[in-house]
Amino acid sequence: MVELRPASSPTMDLTSVYRAEYGRCVATVARVLGDIGLAEEAVQDAFAVATERWGDEPPENPGAWIVTTARRRAIDRLRRESTREDRHAQALVLHRPDEDEEVGPVRDDQLRLIFTCCHPALSPLAQTALTLRLLGGLEVPEIARAYLVPEATISQRIVRAKKKIRDAGIPYRVPGEAELPDRLPPVLTVLYLVFNEGYTATAGPLLRTDLSAEAVRLARALADLMPDEPEVLGLLALLLLTEARRPARVGPSGELVTLAEQDRTLWDRALIAEGHELVRRCLRRGRPGPYQLQAAIGAVHTDGAATDWPQVLALYDQLLALVPTPVVALNRAVALAEVHGPAIALAAVEELDLPGYHLLPATRADLLARLGRADEARAAYDEAVALAGNDTERAFLQDRRARLGDPGPTPG
Amino acid sequence: MHYLMGVRIDESVPQPAGAELDARMARIAAFNDEMKAAGVWVFGGGLTYSDSATVVRVENGRTSMTDGPFAETKEQLGGFYVIEVDDLDAALAWAEKAATVCEVPIEVRPFGGIA
Repeated sequence: MVELRPASSPTMDLTSVYRAEYGRCVATVARVLGDIGLAEEAVQDAFAVATERWGDEPPENPGAWIVTTARRRAIDRLRRESTREDRHAQALVLHRPDEDEEVGPVRDDQLRLIFTCCHPALSPLAQTALTLRLLGGLEVPEIARAYLVPEATISQRIVRAKKKIRDAGIPYRVPGEAELPDRLPPVLTVLYLVFNEGYTATAGPLLRTDLSAEAVRLARALADLMPDEPEVLGLLALLLLTEARRPARVGPSGELVTLAEQDRTLWDRALIAEGHELVRRCLRRGRPGPYQLQAAIGAVHTDGAATDWPQVLALYDQLLALVPTPVVALNRAVALAEVHGPAIALAAVEELDLPGYHLLPATRADLLARLGRADEARAAYDEAVALAGNDTERAFLQDRRARLGDPGPTPG
Repeated sequence: MHYLMGVRIDESVPQPAGAELDARMARIAAFNDEMKAAGVWVFGGGLTYSDSATVVRVENGRTSMTDGPFAETKEQLGGFYVIEVDDLDAALAWAEKAATVCEVPIEVRPFGGIA
């Protein structure tokens, strides 16, 4: 890899420049060229040129260099390939008065690209894959590994999504204020899912730090671009407060450590401070949403020496009113057990229907164990183990089951 | 861009009649006027049931005809609109209105070319 030493920072390699600048450059070049696929090719071309040229004299502003180079190369290519009939290309080549002016990546372009990638007319997997590919600069094999699907599936989804963006006329713009209530949630969902996939992988080993880091980076960028949207700040706060506990979440031999048993000195204090500040900032706006409330719960968990469970329960009550789903009800039941005891929580859990979700029997098992109903707890742990896809979580559940001791006499 | 808004109907479900039908037709007529006033209207119309369709095939110079639609499925094309708008977001906004007045799902598809 080429080593770069720009004036601004002591050392910088091309990989980190690529990660940091790729999405921003594609976003700006896509606006200039009016085509995402063309922009991607041009930006890749420009990075290839950079590999050859940046050896001795790296530019001061690598993003601006890439954007300018990508645009010139794309326009050269269009000139070579365009015919008289190709009006789009002609217009593009003719009407570029600022062609030689150096322009860096434009922040609004990134926002345009996020909203385009997460357009509701695209399937959820396509939204996620496209966001990671175009904004995160992740390669297709990396995305495929993260989601445990064949590379061909991911590249096909990305190709199809880009084709749909072009053919169906999905606009490349930031939605207006009136459209935001419909358009922002899928963007937040994609970032949240990417983070979660990195935090608790659906299969295989527990943590995929790179995916979580990517989600945090994109959430930071979004919060930077939309500082007045409380749910955007709430999402970033939620991710930071969850990320802060990562070092304590897995023990020395890779086993899962529950919140109550975590060594709090391992938590990242800087991330927690930043998260708490964001929670205060967004809640002050008085428009609580699902991400803000989950962030507030995260803030309570990371505040002081022990969790203030009545406050967590009150926040879950608010969250359940906004998002009345069985998953939220299940999480609320955990807080309910801490405040009002396992019997009341168990009654709430028994009412829930969440087929295939391993945390439902896992929570039931824990509550049954606390009520001294070991046989029923064992059966619930078995059910949870069979449903858990992640090795570490499975090992954790098996360990909990083993702690129940020998099975007693089977009833009747 | 030109978009097709296809009205998907379940032909096995009985259509409304009497006052209910009149009310729906009035809502659709108002919606059609709204599209015309906005300058997006190109064409629109309702189709008869798919049992009145005929599929014509020419293979090796021989013409054959079959009674009925391409596929005998529950959901059939009940009618369609062709609109001309700037982008998909604009088309989807009209489709939302169409789905509301017609009370059925609307499939939005861009034209690849217009003759």
